[in-house]
Amino acid sequence: MMKEELETANRPDNTAFTQQRLPAWQPMLSAGIVIPGFVLIGLAFIGIGVALFIASQNITVLERDYTGVETVSDCYKCSNPSVKNCTCKLDFSLSNLFEGPVFFYYGLSNYFQSQRAYGASKDEYQLSGDLDYFKTPNSACSPYQYDANNNPIVPCGSLANSMFNDTFKLYQMVNGTKKLVPFDGKGIAWWTDYNIKYRNPSVTPLKNAFNGTVKPPFWSKPAYELDTSDPSNNGFVNQDFLVWMRRAALPDFRKLYRRITEGDYASGLPAGNYSLEIAYNYPVLSFGGRKKVVFSNVSWMGGKNQFLGIAYLVVGSLCVVMSMVMLIVYAKFKFPEDDK
Amino acid sequence: MGSLLSQFGLECGEKEVKEEERHLRANDRELNLSYKYADNAIKTSKYNIFTFLPLNLFEQFQRLANAYFLFLLCLQLIPEVSSLSWYTTVVPLVLVLSMTMAKDGSDDMNRHICDKQVNNRKVEVLIDGELKRERWMDVQVGDIIKLENNQFVTADLLLLSSSEPLNLVYIETAELDGETNLKVKQALTVTGKLEDSEEKLASFNGEVRCEPPNNRLDKFTGTLTLKGETYSLDNERILLRGCTLRNTQWCFGLVVFGGPDTKLMQNCGRTTFKRTSIDRLMNVLVLNIFGFLAIMCLILAIGNGIWEYQDGSKFAAFLPKGVNAPFSAFLTFWSYIIILNTVVPISLYVSVEIIRLGNSFYIDWDRKMYYPKSDTPAEARTTTLNEELGQIKYIFSDKTGTLTQNIMTFNKCSINGKSYGELLDFSGQRVEINEKTEKVDFSWNNLADPKFCFHDHSLVEVVREGNPEVQAFFRLLALCHTVMPEEKKEGELYYQAQSPDEGALVTAARNFGFVFRSRTPESITVMEMEELVTYELLAVLDFNNVRKRMSVIVRSPEGKITLYCKGADTIIFERLNPSCSNLMEVTTEHLNEYAGEGLRTLALAYKDIDPEYMADWKLRHHEANTAMDEREEKLDALYEEIEKGLLLLGSTAVEDKLQDGVPQTIEQLSKADIKIWVLTGDKQETAENIGYSCNMLREEMNEVFIVSANTAEEVRKELQTARRKMTPDGTEEPTVKKSRSGLFCLIKMETVVDEPVNGEYAMVINGHSLAFALEKDMEMELLRTACMCQTVICCRVTPLQKAQVVELVKKYKQAVTLAIGDGANDVSMIKAAHIGVGISGQEGMQAVLSSDYSFAQFRYLQRLLLVHGRWSYLRMCKFLRYFFYKNFTFTFVHFWYGFFCGFSAQTVYDEWFITLYNLVYTALPVLSLSLFDQDVNDRWSFQYPQLYAPGQLNQFFSKRAFVYTVLHSGYSSLVLFFIPWAAMHDTVRDDGKDIVDYQSFALLAQTCLLIAVNIQLGLDTHYWTAMNQFFLWGSLSVYFAVIFTMYSNGMFLIFTSSFPFIGTARNSLNQPNVWLTMLLTSILCVLPVVAYRFLRILLWPTINDKVRYKERQNKVLPPAPRRVQARRTSTRRSGYAFSHAQGYGDLVTSGKFLRRTPKSRTSLFSQTDSPLVQTQPQYYNTISEQEEPPLSP
Repeated sequence: MMKEELETANRPDNTAFTQQRLPAWQPMLSAGIVIPGFVLIGLAFIGIGVALFIASQNITVLERDYTGVETVSDCYKCSNPSVKNCTCKLDFSLSNLFEGPVFFYYGLSNYFQSQRAYGASKDEYQLSGDLDYFKTPNSACSPYQYDANNNPIVPCGSLANSMFNDTFKLYQMVNGTKKLVPFDGKGIAWWTDYNIKYRNPSVTPLKNAFNGTVKPPFWSKPAYELDTSDPSNNGFVNQDFLVWMRRAALPDFRKLYRRITEGDYASGLPAGNYSLEIAYNYPVLSFGGRKKVVFSNVSWMGGKNQFLGIAYLVVGSLCVVMSMVMLIVYAKFKFPEDDK
Repeated sequence: MGSLLSQFGLECGEKEVKEEERHLRANDRELNLSYKYADNAIKTSKYNIFTFLPLNLFEQFQRLANAYFLFLLCLQLIPEVSSLSWYTTVVPLVLVLSMTMAKDGSDDMNRHICDKQVNNRKVEVLIDGELKRERWMDVQVGDIIKLENNQFVTADLLLLSSSEPLNLVYIETAELDGETNLKVKQALTVTGKLEDSEEKLASFNGEVRCEPPNNRLDKFTGTLTLKGETYSLDNERILLRGCTLRNTQWCFGLVVFGGPDTKLMQNCGRTTFKRTSIDRLMNVLVLNIFGFLAIMCLILAIGNGIWEYQDGSKFAAFLPKGVNAPFSAFLTFWSYIIILNTVVPISLYVSVEIIRLGNSFYIDWDRKMYYPKSDTPAEARTTTLNEELGQIKYIFSDKTGTLTQNIMTFNKCSINGKSYGELLDFSGQRVEINEKTEKVDFSWNNLADPKFCFHDHSLVEVVREGNPEVQAFFRLLALCHTVMPEEKKEGELYYQAQSPDEGALVTAARNFGFVFRSRTPESITVMEMEELVTYELLAVLDFNNVRKRMSVIVRSPEGKITLYCKGADTIIFERLNPSCSNLMEVTTEHLNEYAGEGLRTLALAYKDIDPEYMADWKLRHHEANTAMDEREEKLDALYEEIEKGLLLLGSTAVEDKLQDGVPQTIEQLSKADIKIWVLTGDKQETAENIGYSCNMLREEMNEVFIVSANTAEEVRKELQTARRKMTPDGTEEPTVKKSRSGLFCLIKMETVVDEPVNGEYAMVINGHSLAFALEKDMEMELLRTACMCQTVICCRVTPLQKAQVVELVKKYKQAVTLAIGDGANDVSMIKAAHIGVGISGQEGMQAVLSSDYSFAQFRYLQRLLLVHGRWSYLRMCKFLRYFFYKNFTFTFVHFWYGFFCGFSAQTVYDEWFITLYNLVYTALPVLSLSLFDQDVNDRWSFQYPQLYAPGQLNQFFSKRAFVYTVLHSGYSSLVLFFIPWAAMHDTVRDDGKDIVDYQSFALLAQTCLLIAVNIQLGLDTHYWTAMNQFFLWGSLSVYFAVIFTMYSNGMFLIFTSSFPFIGTARNSLNQPNVWLTMLLTSILCVLPVVAYRFLRILLWPTINDKVRYKERQNKVLPPAPRRVQARRTSTRRSGYAFSHAQGYGDLVTSGKFLRRTPKSRTSLFSQTDSPLVQTQPQYYNTISEQEEPPLSP
């Protein structure tokens, strides 16, 4: 008995794993799965596509370029960078009710927020209110790290420095008088940005935290004066600042400026003539950029985007067509039952 | 002079001076130490505690991939260039380095332990006139040490004296050169006089001058100066470290070379690493990928230059740049090198190693390759060659011990016209003999060998009845041979036979009551039916290749002189007395029958000799024997004269037992289109015989060419004739395809294209012809002809020729070769072939030690190749295709994004995703694919050996497949970038906030990518085990868990700068259009592949698809492989075979080996440390397995 045990001492274990006999599901691309699968996916996609397409169709978008390239444009006069404090007007009319809530965006083209050096040019610690970094900003911010007098720039970096600074006022022309459309600038940034990622230093008044620092050169006022009326919208947690700092992935982008949700305009912009008053500050022509404003409402699938709906419809139809092709091929070439 | 020089050099402290001559004096440690020769300690380990880290790191960074990553790391430290955080490179690099380091460390630890063990072995050293047990490492050059039987030789020794007569010692050199036969060394007479007297040895003060340490095993030159006399020393006097002392009680030796200077150690460290063809392809691909990477980076850098020139410089208001466009482009180039490095993934090499290791374990674990009789499991000794097992095109097999068991069994005999050994039932039908068949009971004979089995009872009855012919038959078998008996205890007989055939015959006689008990040079003692009879041995007419027979002439106690002769039937029949013609006819019939069954036959005959004639003959024999010239011819003539007019007794049929399942295995392998060449040291007849019995040569073959010419021209002619017969309209010149391969295409390759042949042919070529055929000018001819044949058998080949044949095929066929063998003579071919397989579990581990895979039975080869090899290949190819796919897709998306970020080397994904993509998110699913996947199970693999073909043709992974993979990746990356782009670029979230911010887009892109590559993995998986499911879903869940964790508030608050993506997951994964985009990209990535594969299976199904389909159709398993015992009725008429070439009758009669009484001898020619000899009496320890013909020039 002992001997027998000894003799089989090296016998490998008989388990499903060591003997490669693990139970397994072995699917095959058989006609019974593939063809109905294609049909089902195709039909589902067509369904989704229709829904998306309709949703997209129901969204109204109004886009106006106000760079002022054309001489007829009112903003042409402002497009010269030497002109300061220029204000121009953009008129448009709505023939139908622009259903609300309406979102008002500014858009920039050929603007490379996605540039690596641009995106990296900021100081996370500084922006989260760490006072140490007020004195010595991250070197990635260079050349907007220190000014000529070696004072630290707060907020430092190209990204903050280049913050969009055109401002807009929308008027509805009612019987020849301008009626201001109220803008809602609250909650246009992400909750996490507003509450976690960006924080003002816990110094009151906020201004004191910025002692010994200078504002970014491009800014007209320091960070602690971005919104003097509302401390919860001031400094690094200013909504416009937050929106700007969430940099765009693509060179043509738009960013939310205001929502129109209040007063007479809660249900949308009624038909009529409107005038948008633009404080034209932001130079884009130098690098061939464009500025635009966008009015849009949204649906369950977000803003207007025809592509997704059409893509679903096309892919869905292709699936159905493909399933037909496969069915024909299958009928012609299927394995004979007794093929070797 | 030389010693003076070296002395001078050493005194100056210049250790670097090359030793030109070794000088030492026995028993003079002081002098010897002054030369600072290496002592006997050896060191094979590479590191110690302090050097481990720096040395190991240095070695690792010599590897291309690691060095590349180090280079990347350096690039990342330059702020202007760095496009990725340092951790993206450091984390994988550290992981890889530490894994390799752990492996190297444990390997080196084992070497340390091994060294320590060897160095601490004890040996008796003569110190101050006394023998003391010392550790090996303390032995110094110039010491005298005493070795005992079966001890390992401690260092390279000059043999001084020994216990044996004539100062002989017997050593086994298996560890050095793999030869298992014993070799004789002899001490100088002058030192032999020292014997074992300690005083004499202690006062011995001979001085040795000899060559410096070198690695020539067969050469030694030096002189011994003793008392003013100088004696020359050669290799005969030297015992080399690594040998084992055998059959010698003791011997004394003077240490000449120690430790690292010994010839054994000087021969070490030249192991060449085998690389698989996939490895080589991978290296070429990686190099191409580098080129491709450079091109991509160049395009992007140029793009950056243009962008900087057109836009960037104007954008300076917002993004001031201190550099001009060309310099920016230059920096961008390097930045992109960092970002796109994932095309050359470092984890690829690690994963490949892991997969191979895993698949090697499967081989170790396979119970179907475990041989219970010797308790030997299969072993993958090399873990880096697995996928090559699935690509074998040529198998080179040894015969003895590989195809056959090297066990001969006495199966049948024909005595006086009656055949014995068959079992017939009542109706006269043959009964199949199997393990259950009742065996003949030999208990009446207490000297019988219990292992011997025979099934025909009638033969025992006849012999016990006292039938004179039958008794004469067995008497002949008991007398006419050169076997050495060994009787350790009364009645326990062991035979040492030169060839297993002889052993089988003598054992048969023993069991049938004619027990050969002992021999002296002048007599043979036989127990004849329990009666001790001593015959006087008058002459042994030895066996050789030309004579093909051997005879003995004995005088019985009654004074009758008889010549007993056994030999090849054709030879014997020529020399028969005419009165035997009737018997001859009947016997011939029986012989035909035996030959048809593949048995090895011998005819037996005898002749009574007149004493006067004998006396005269004996006188002439003595004259001839002492003749100075033409001794051989004179002896031959004398033999010829006396071996005449013989009376036929009958014939024997010995079965050279094939291993189990050999014919079936060969059939399976040839169905898998693997060509099998048998390379054997055996004789042509034996080899042919085995060729027939294992179905490699078949009756129905169109022709079996036999090439056995003696001159180069004749060989060429024979080869050409054979070739022209096979392809009458073939071209004279071989079609050679020239190509280049390797890194930078430096290696020129010539591939001889296979030529189509009608019909089946086989070729048998002997070693002599092979020597000519392997010459430079004829090798092509040989190769062409041989490759056209279904079967090639090379017989009487030397180990060197075996390797040459393998090299020839490797060189001109560019095919993967496998060599399988069991003996030391197979080592060279095992090392030469791409894959070497050793048959383990028997004596002689040489083949196993140098092999890559080992198992106990030849038949396991089909499982190794058709199941393990095929799966390994399949898995490796799937792995590589998938791995390249997922990394290329990953990288190309970056490329596309370059056009949207001003070519600024902005990553499209989160940096953590880049770090973890290969290491965590996709590592385990693809590993489980490449460890568990099987297209069809092992039963079906056996059922359809054709499934093996794609591997031979490199179909699953080649440059072509790689290009397809790259194109597929290109498509997928386009989908994965542009669909999200199109779906997102002008839209917003459902709460009106913008959605195409960089972080959301990165999250979308990376999630799409991960889902798409995982679905692709699912498509590639054919065998979904629980593990596959677990890893796949687990990885996806881990991904989501990780992103939610890394993008959480907590992580940001702790590591603010490392996790800037806070909130991204929460904010974008709640958007329906994000999910719809993911769905669309996944479907667009996958459905075309599904459609393509579905249509391909329908329109151009591969063999794999067909078998998979079949497996699906009938869920039942295929029938278990049938085992039909092939019983051939053959008209072939050459059953004669004998496995040894030249007998050692001379030794028997000279008595050289019989000088001492057998009792004091432990064992004759057997390794006492091997239990096999004891347990397998039927396994004969052959004195020289096969005498190899001289090495070819």
